[in-house]
Amino acid sequence: MPKPKLLLVAALLATGLAACSGGDDDALVVYSGRNENLVRPLLDRFEAETGIDIDVKYGDTSELLPTILEEGDNSPADVFFSQDAGALGELADKGILAPLPADLTALVDPRFRDPQSRWVGVTGRARVIAYNTELVAADRLPASVLDVVGPTWQGKVGYPPTNASFVAFVTSLRETIGDDRTRAFLEGLKANGAKRFDNNVQTLDAVASGEVELGLVNHYYLYNEFKERPDAPVANHYPGQGPDGEGTLVNVAGAGVLASSARAADAQRFVRFLLEETSQEFFRDETSEYPMRQGVTARAELPPLDGLRTIQVPLAQLGRDLEGTVTLLKEVGLS
Amino acid sequence: MRRSPPALAAAGTAVAVVMVLPLAYLVLRAAEADDPLGLVTSDRARRLVANTVGLGLATTAFALVVGVGVAWLVERTDLPARRALGLVATLPLVVPTYVGALALKAAFGPAGLAGEVPGLLGFRGATLALGLSTYPYVLLLARASLAGADPSLEEAARSLGDRGLALARRVVLPVVRPAMAAGGLLVFLYVLSDFGAVSILQYDTVTRGIFLEYRSLTADRAPAAVLGVVLVVLTLGAITAERALRGRAAPPRAVAGRAAPRAVRLGRWRWPAAAAVVAVAAAGLGVPVAVVVYWAAVGSSRGAAGDVLVSAATTSFGLSAAAALVAVAAAIPVAVLAVRHRSRLSRTVETLSVSGYALPGLVVGLALVFFAARYLTPLYQTVTLVVVAYVIRFLPEALGSVHSSLVQVDPALEEAGRSLGRRPLRVATSITLPLVRRGLLAGGALVFLTAMKELPATLLLRPPGVDTLAVRVWTGAAEGLYAQAAPPALLILAVSALVLWPLRSGTIGR
Repeated sequence: MPKPKLLLVAALLATGLAACSGGDDDALVVYSGRNENLVRPLLDRFEAETGIDIDVKYGDTSELLPTILEEGDNSPADVFFSQDAGALGELADKGILAPLPADLTALVDPRFRDPQSRWVGVTGRARVIAYNTELVAADRLPASVLDVVGPTWQGKVGYPPTNASFVAFVTSLRETIGDDRTRAFLEGLKANGAKRFDNNVQTLDAVASGEVELGLVNHYYLYNEFKERPDAPVANHYPGQGPDGEGTLVNVAGAGVLASSARAADAQRFVRFLLEETSQEFFRDETSEYPMRQGVTARAELPPLDGLRTIQVPLAQLGRDLEGTVTLLKEVGLS
Repeated sequence: MRRSPPALAAAGTAVAVVMVLPLAYLVLRAAEADDPLGLVTSDRARRLVANTVGLGLATTAFALVVGVGVAWLVERTDLPARRALGLVATLPLVVPTYVGALALKAAFGPAGLAGEVPGLLGFRGATLALGLSTYPYVLLLARASLAGADPSLEEAARSLGDRGLALARRVVLPVVRPAMAAGGLLVFLYVLSDFGAVSILQYDTVTRGIFLEYRSLTADRAPAAVLGVVLVVLTLGAITAERALRGRAAPPRAVAGRAAPRAVRLGRWRWPAAAAVVAVAAAGLGVPVAVVVYWAAVGSSRGAAGDVLVSAATTSFGLSAAAALVAVAAAIPVAVLAVRHRSRLSRTVETLSVSGYALPGLVVGLALVFFAARYLTPLYQTVTLVVVAYVIRFLPEALGSVHSSLVQVDPALEEAGRSLGRRPLRVATSITLPLVRRGLLAGGALVFLTAMKELPATLLLRPPGVDTLAVRVWTGAAEGLYAQAAPPALLILAVSALVLWPLRSGTIGR
């Protein structure tokens, strides 16, 4: 074989090998249910401040949770940064998460962390009904989320049934109104021609474009939409807020350290970093979620967390029967 | 034929084992499901299968009509600038389906650049995106058939008074029928295995069902494995159906070196026909390029992160190059066995080695995730496993090139080398290798290209911190962040064009 060809092959091999060293063996491994655009600036700062390298596996929480379960003790993950308390609760119940130091979890209101300190909330997200302000007058809005199955809203509601936040919302319904009424509600949604989307962003886009009038999403997607399209005709409605209202679910994105991690100290340091004031303000400014560290204030546009009527279900309960919720969704034919 | 040397047989067998192991494991895993048969016959599974087959048929029909139509216009009529138009109409080949889908959605989806076209999301959009990316395969095959067909048939029919439709039915159609069967199968398999386009355009097919099962928040992933097996069965069914169809068709006579038949005069349809060809190419290539360039420009004006793009590009190149090298290296023993040492073993090895052709990327990814998480933990979540997936999936492409170039080497040359006292290895490097070099390079280039566009297996297998261009397009598109999805998409288009250009004489079929 002539020499130039050999060189070419060698060069290709070298690139191949260089690519293979992309995943760093010594790095702290974070499985992140939160997306890269959001998490990456934080990681860069963490790496710069601590000198600890991080490799991240990004994915939906609904993909990463079964991945961790499948991997068992072999999991390369050190930290799980979840979009949903339910997924953290399930891992905690299965003994996969190790307890965090008490001074770390004490930074957060007990409502938003595991009673046994195996996970801690980092940011809070309220379930809302996003509505198209050109198509729906504020006085027509459904008082309770259970009302969106009525004939008024036939074919006008959008929701992301496979999204972890939606699944958590369904679990919370099961805990408050029982399995039978929850099933009836889901069947009602389906029979009412509610439109299914893959995720919250698509759902909110559909509300903004008028494809649907109402969307069952988390509160902060609205502010995300405003960044792209400042004049989008969308607003948030917090259901269940009347004097006899059932309240709305305030879930958390939170983090836990895996019991199988060989780098527990660094992993805890990362969780602590997420709860530092700077990081909490970053989340507030970037995502408009509720900061979970006590003393850091939320954005002024949001109803204050203390004044919000929340449902009477402890977050730790959301993970207790995740399987049951998924089965219910499947039986109704929504996932 | 001589007995195969043990080292060669061992290498070939090893390749074959690696090829089938994951699929075998997937079947085992599917059998672990509580009620696999119940899952297969559930309403949901039946709906997914019906959607997939429906989309496959619609897309195939679209690709056949457009592909054969353009081929006929280019080969048989007085279409203006027909050579250039023929080339332009082939170009959508460089557009991966998920890029085409992303472009359609960004241009005509909700809040699209060019205004919303109702009903784009779902069946219609998916058919359009997949059809526009795949009709060039039919076009290439149909052109090759038309160009190689005996023109005297058409002239005879014409002299007997056949015109227009009658001529098409009695002469042209039989000539392109094998090409339609082969091209149609290619398109149908493409649709079965597509994951990116149907996800972006939100149409529920089996691949999408597998992915949703895979990330269903529950530990039980056996249902995903069951759907994976269903998809493989669908694929095998399609291949079998095509074989049966092809078997019945009488092979048309092909002759070389005859004058082409008289061009059909299109008359006043000449320019409208040219406009139609241009419109198809514009929809297949122009829209994606325009949308992607627009969003890339908008994205860079907003200061999108360039280092992320560079790192994804480096990863894509590295992984694809590694896949190309390994695939060609693995193809060599299989091809040598098949060409020089025909035996039952060599036939089995060859059949198993091309089985990746019938395995959708998502299924390969799923099988490897399952297998590696339990039994290959040191390889689990490493780039090595990604490369293995690419090789399993794309070995048939390397094998095709290596095989056909090896067939052309006269064994007498190798015999002569040996009789002059050279050792077998020296004969291979000094005589055979220089003669098959072009084939190896072409095979490697094809694998490189397809690996670089690969999405679903990469999505499941990539380790933490590793992103490819295709994955970046997908994550951006899934979240509606077009400015983030566009630059990697543009890069994929550019590299595809660069790699395909030198191969075009080979792909255009004459």
